[in-house]
Formats: sequence, structure tokens, C-alpha cells
Amino acid sequence: MTALLEIEKLEVTFGRTAAVRGASLAVAPGETHCLVGESGCGKSVTALSVMNLLVRNARRRAERLAFQGEDLLKLSDSGMARLRGNAMAMIFQEPMTSLNPAYTVGSQMTEVLRRHKRASQRAATDRAADLLARVGITAPGMRLGQFPHQLSGGLRQRVMIAMALMCDPQLLIADEPTTALDVTVQAQILRLLAGLQRDLGLGLLLITHDLGIVARVATRVSVMYAGEVVESAPTAELFANPRHPYTQGLLRCVPVPGKIRRDQPLGAIPGTVPRVGPDFEGCAFRERCDFADETCKHAIPRHHASTAHDFLCRLPA
Amino acid sequence: MLRFFIRRLIVALLVAATVMTLAFVMTRLSGDLAISIAGPNATQADIDAVRKAYGLDRPLLTQFFDWVGRASLGDLGESFFFKRRVSELIGERMPVTLTLGLTGLVIALVVSLPLGILAAVRENTAFDRLVQVVALLGQAMPSFWLGLLLMIIFGLQLGWLPISGTESWQSYIMPGVVLAFSAIPALTRLTRAGMIQAMASDYIRTARAKGLSRASILLKHALRNAAIPVVAIAAVQLGFMLGGSIVIEQVFALHGVGFLAWESIAKNDFPVVQAVVLVLAVIYVGLTMLADLLNAVLDPRLRGA
Amino acid sequence: MRRGWRNAGTWAGAIIVGIAAFCAVFAPLLVPHDPFAQDLGKRLLVPFWMPGTDPNHLLGTDQLGRDYLARLIYGCRISMMIGVSVSLVSGVIGITLGVLGGFMGGRVDDVVLFAITTRLSLPVVLVALAVVGLLGSSMTLLMITLGLLLWERFAVVARSTTMQVRNLDFVAAAWCAGCSRFRILAGEVLPNIASHLVVVATLEIALAILLEAALSFLGLGVPPPLPSWGLMIAEAKDYMFFSPWVIVIPGVCLFVLVLGINLLGDGLRDMLGARSDT
Repeated sequence: MTALLEIEKLEVTFGRTAAVRGASLAVAPGETHCLVGESGCGKSVTALSVMNLLVRNARRRAERLAFQGEDLLKLSDSGMARLRGNAMAMIFQEPMTSLNPAYTVGSQMTEVLRRHKRASQRAATDRAADLLARVGITAPGMRLGQFPHQLSGGLRQRVMIAMALMCDPQLLIADEPTTALDVTVQAQILRLLAGLQRDLGLGLLLITHDLGIVARVATRVSVMYAGEVVESAPTAELFANPRHPYTQGLLRCVPVPGKIRRDQPLGAIPGTVPRVGPDFEGCAFRERCDFADETCKHAIPRHHASTAHDFLCRLPA
Repeated sequence: MLRFFIRRLIVALLVAATVMTLAFVMTRLSGDLAISIAGPNATQADIDAVRKAYGLDRPLLTQFFDWVGRASLGDLGESFFFKRRVSELIGERMPVTLTLGLTGLVIALVVSLPLGILAAVRENTAFDRLVQVVALLGQAMPSFWLGLLLMIIFGLQLGWLPISGTESWQSYIMPGVVLAFSAIPALTRLTRAGMIQAMASDYIRTARAKGLSRASILLKHALRNAAIPVVAIAAVQLGFMLGGSIVIEQVFALHGVGFLAWESIAKNDFPVVQAVVLVLAVIYVGLTMLADLLNAVLDPRLRGA
Repeated sequence: MRRGWRNAGTWAGAIIVGIAAFCAVFAPLLVPHDPFAQDLGKRLLVPFWMPGTDPNHLLGTDQLGRDYLARLIYGCRISMMIGVSVSLVSGVIGITLGVLGGFMGGRVDDVVLFAITTRLSLPVVLVALAVVGLLGSSMTLLMITLGLLLWERFAVVARSTTMQVRNLDFVAAAWCAGCSRFRILAGEVLPNIASHLVVVATLEIALAILLEAALSFLGLGVPPPLPSWGLMIAEAKDYMFFSPWVIVIPGVCLFVLVLGINLLGDGLRDMLGARSDT
């Protein structure tokens, strides 16, 4: 079966800074693929470059960037616009500012369907009301006539999700959709996303830095560090047998009930993600890694722990 | 929202009252009005007659409260020179000034909105810089001089447009353009800044993520938000234009309110002068309130507040 | 590249303003002729680039045979005097009001805001014309009148910047150290808002010069025979269809001077890091 989304050796640069350096990953139809890593490691940039929503001074290159087998790199701006919001949709981290303050919820939702499916206003409104109900908003008819500032953050993110679903997309990219929300609301939104993914058979690319979320919803996990995917594996295998020192470090930072002991402090990775240029060589994690030596300054081979599990480290498989 | 407007209304009334006082004080600055009205060859008897006829022999405070009381009820007094009601005079001349001001505003918006939008979309390109240079040049242009130049070029050399008067709609083109020039730099800069800010916002990223057309992103989603400050400034600029039209009316011999005021100043016709100052100030205050109202229409966040 | 382009504008502005200031200060030494001396035999002589020019009068003569170059140089002096003195008067008024409002807040600030609103509602040209028309035109009166009318931008900027500075830590520290209000205003607030006010001052100088020209053009500004550029344009208006240069030359001078001041102001704003909305 071909992948829904294929990214091979994606590179994104902003002037002298490389935000993404040869990242590869694939999302299969109907799977929840989690992209994890610290802030500034290139997760959001990867997602935005799939949607071609990068800011103007960003440069995007890739060996392959394909959606349902179609090469996105060769697509014109208008061709890309026909896909966005239609077959692939995206929701963002900032529900408070992601909706246009000047238009009603209904107007912003219906315009997606009217643009892509040439639906009538009436049909679009009905669809919008159905979806609002589907994402757990009561009195959808009333909400359609309201403006974003009249809704709470959680409600706005539900509206964003409903809006993304207007055209029945095959792929939904969610960029840290719960980070800006209250803890109780976070759980609700996450449960909603997982339920929708299962019911609608969506391919979901979920970007997060919260491994607790990953453990609950992901089919597969890719760990990003300094613009590279350093490890990728099915969820159970990654948690059971992490191979990259960075993944191991991340997992030590997560308190798992029953597994942590009182006398043992919770782990932490010292330092921060370094900013690297386009011609950086070797492992970007070596400054923070306990196992680093001279060989880490040279190109690192990709190892396979199993057919579905690969990682980027000089340490033997 | 209602409370906000009641507050604004009270401030507006206070402003009007202050302007009334200032206008009264201003016209009495020269000392004895009766002497200047009666003219240089008047005898003492003439001056006394004038003083009595216009009520200038009363104490200043009485004159002041008389003017405030009547003006509040819409009675602006009688012109010394035209021997007619001031409100009638202003009413007759106002259409010319309003037509001129609105023409200027429309031209200014038609020029500055597209320029500002295009400059924002092409930020930091040669076009953007060109627009900024044009705004800078417009800011430095003396309006009366521009008017004269246009008259020489389009009136005399090319013969396309009438040089003066108000016979046809073409008469308003040149003065309208000159008046618009004063507002174009500010409106263009504001449109550009607003569009740049809007285009960098999260909701525009959402609009792009929804796959909307470029036209819809720019004109529906970005411009609607960028327009909010522009509308407010446009209303204020219209107020400035009406006040500043006195120069343009003089250059193009348009017999509007500004021209009336100029004639009246030259003839020491102080009831007209103080009335025009008051009317223009009230119009300005009204326009700023209109701007607040339009903002509330454009920005739903203000409506509930 | 953008910076370079900006810098070129600032330099151009500085050079224009420098030349104008030089002309204004040394006008009596620079003029080739008495700017008031009439020679009815040499009326409306053409400037040097046109055929039939008189080498004694580089820029020709006006309708009364007065040397145009001499009048322009004296006109520059008038413009600069008006611009600088008006912005001094309005600066004192506006900065006082703005700093008071921004620093004291509360009722005082309400009054200052009300004064600004009232001032904005007054039509400047009309009020200035009326005052000059009723009291008779003179340079001094014009400076005072315009100074009394053009303070609102100073007040707005001084008020908002003072509010920002007031809330900064070092001002709080000065409060705690027991400094008097005056010490804090003069020692802490004013130096910190000065750069914004310098930018406003350049804008006000440009505005005052344009307004003086407009008022003189309407015959109620600088009294004749003083050679204000606006007055020169007004006096030459009747001849402009036959000799366009009589209005083109003073108009270009006015335009270039105001442009130069604005360019210099924009450059200062970038250099001093003042807020862009001033």
C-alpha cells in the first residue's frame, strides 16, 4: 500500500539557518503518526512545508514530497491551494488567533466547502452545523452566527477542527493542537481528535512534545532533533526499545506511573537544541550526548533495529 | 458600547462649548469691532450707530451668553456684510465644500488603498520603495502650489479641465485631486502597515491552509482587518480636508464655506467667521464619532464591549 | 541594501536642510541684489536657462523688477525662522501638557486629552487666518498664532512616551530613592523621551513652513514686501500663465525644503529608534 504522505530528505533553510536538514518520514492512510521533539527542532516547519505555508524567506528542497503519490514539489501555487483545506487540512497551535476576528464562525467554515466543492450556501451551512455537533459543540446553529471572540479557546480549537474536516480530508496535520489550552480541555480535544481519526479513517500527523499524548494515540512515532528525524518506530517498539540517546533521554523525562521510583530523580537533558547551519556535519546531538566521541563529528549512518524501526546514531544496532 | 457613546457625546458637547468660547474670544481679540466694521472714514456717530445696531455696546459677558445661547439652538446670528442669516449663508455654501471634500476623500481612497495593498504584498521590493517615495513627495507638496501647477498644465496647456468655478462636475476634479494629495500619504502608509500586519497574522495562515484563492485571502480576510484603522483615519482626514479646503477653494475660486470664511475675514464679518469655525469643529467631532461607529461595524469585538 | 537607500535619503535631507540653514543665517552676505529694490524697467526678466536672460539676475526678476534670487534667499530665511520658532512655541506648550498628562494621569490626563481633542477639532488654517486677519499681519503674530495651534502632536507623543517611561524600573527606583517629582521629570523622563520629540520637532517645522506659505499665499501671513515664498507665489499668480517660472521657482524651493526636512526627520527616527507612529 502506498503511503498517504511521503517526505524524503526535506531541507528548509531561513537564510543562514537550517531549520530542517534532510528529514524523512511517511504517513500511511488511517494511521496516527506522531512527530515529537523539543521546541525549535523543526517539527512545525516540516508540517508547514508539506502544506507549502512557509513564510516568504524560507527555502524548501526535498528529494521527494508526495501526497497520495502526487508530487507536491511540482504543483503550482493554485494547484496546491486546491489540495489545501480539501484533501489535506491543518490545525494550529494558537486557537485564539487562528480564526479571523472579523467574520462569523459560520462564514469561515462554509467558505471552505463553497471554494472546494462548489457547494451552495445552504448545503455548506448544514454541513458546518453537522460538524460542529460532531466535534461536541452544543447548539451549533447559534455558534455559527457567533464571532471568534465570543468563544473560549477550547471551543475555538473545536471550530478549527470542524473547519478542517469540512471537505473530508484524507490527511489532517495537527500542529501542537492542545499546547495553548487548559489541561482539562487538552484531554478533551485530544480524545476528540483520536476519536475522529478512528471513525473517519483519517491519516493524522500529530505534532507534539508531549510523550504522554504519544503513548496514548500514536500508531507510529518519529523523533526529530535539530532538523533531522533521529529515530522512527511503531509506538510500542519505540517506548520499549529506544535506540537513539536523544529518544532515551526524552523518555526518561516522562513520569510513567508505576515505573518511576521515589529515590530516583526524573531525567533531564542538559542544554538546548543547537542552531546549525546548512553545512553542519555529524550528529547535532553530540554536545548533549553521554556517549559522544570523535566519530560523532562525521556523517552518521542510518541503522535499522527492525524493518519498521530505524535510527540515526553511530552506536551499533 | 452605549455607555461608550454617551461618554463620547458628552465630550463632543464639551468640545463644542469650548470651541464656541474660543471662537468668541478670537473674534474679540482685535479690540473694538465697531470701529473696524464702520470702516476707516466713519465718524464717531457712525461708529456709535454700528455699535448699537449690532449689540456691541452690551457688556462682553452678555454678548457671549447671547451668542452661546442662540448658537446652541442653531441660530448663528446675522452677517454684517451680506445682511443675511449666517445659517442660510453657510447652508448655501456647504454643498460646494462637502462635494469638494468627498471628491477629495474618494480620490484619496481610490489611490491609497491599492497602493498600500500592493506595497504590502510586495514588501521591500522596488515597488514598495516607490510607493514610500511617492508618499514622502506627497507629504512635502504645498497644496496651493500644486493647484496652480495643475491649472497651468491641465487648464491652460492641455485645456482638459476648467480652471475655476463650479459649473460642471469637471470643476471638482483638479481641486479634488489637490485636496486628496494631503490625505494620500497618511492613508497609504496606514493601509500598507495594516496589510503587512494582517498578512503576518495567524488567521491569514489559516485562510491559506484552507486553500482559499489569493484574492479572497487579500481582499476578504486581510483587508477587512487592515481597513479598521484606515476607516477611522479616513473620517478624520475628511474633517481636516473640510477645514483645509479654504486654501483650495481660494485657488480654484470655488464658492464654498472656506471661500465664505475668507471673504468674511477680509471684511471683519465676525458672526460668519465664528460660525464657520464652530460648524467645522462640530462636523469634525461628528466625523470622529462616525469613525467610532464604523469601527464598531467593522470590528465585531468592539460591538459587545 | 534597504539601509543604504534609507541613508541616502537621510543624507539628502541633511544636505538640503544644511544649505537652507546656511542661506537663512548668511542671507545678507549671499544676496547679489537688494531683495526690496524695485526696477520697473527690468520687470519679469527670465531665469538663466531661458533665452534673453540678464546675467545680472540669475533667476530673473519679479513683476516689480526685484531680483528673484535675492528674494528666494531671504524667503528661505523667513521659512526657517517661522519653522523653528513655531516648533519652539508649540514644543513648549505640547511637551508641557503631554508630560503632565502622561506623568500625573487621572484628572490631569483627562484635561490634557480634552485639550488635544478640542485642538484637533479646530480648523487650523481658518483660525490662523481669522486671527491674523483681525489683528493685522506680522511675523511675530504669525509665529505665536501657529505656535498656539500646532502643539497637539508634541502633546500626543510626549504623553504616550512619558506613560511608557513612567512605568520603567529606573523611574520606580528614583521614586524609591526619594527624588522629587521635578527631579524625576527633568532628570529621568525628559532625557528618555527627547529622541521622540526631536522627530516630532522636524515634522512640525515642515508643517509650519507649509502653513506659513499657505497663509501668506492667501494674503494673511507674512506682510508684503517681505519675500515669503508663499507670498511670492501669490504675487506672481497673475503672470503664471505667461511666465510659469515665477511660481515654479519659489514652489520648488518650498517643496524641496519641506521634503528635505521630512527626509531628515525620517532618518533621525530610524537612528534614534523612535516609535514609527510619531
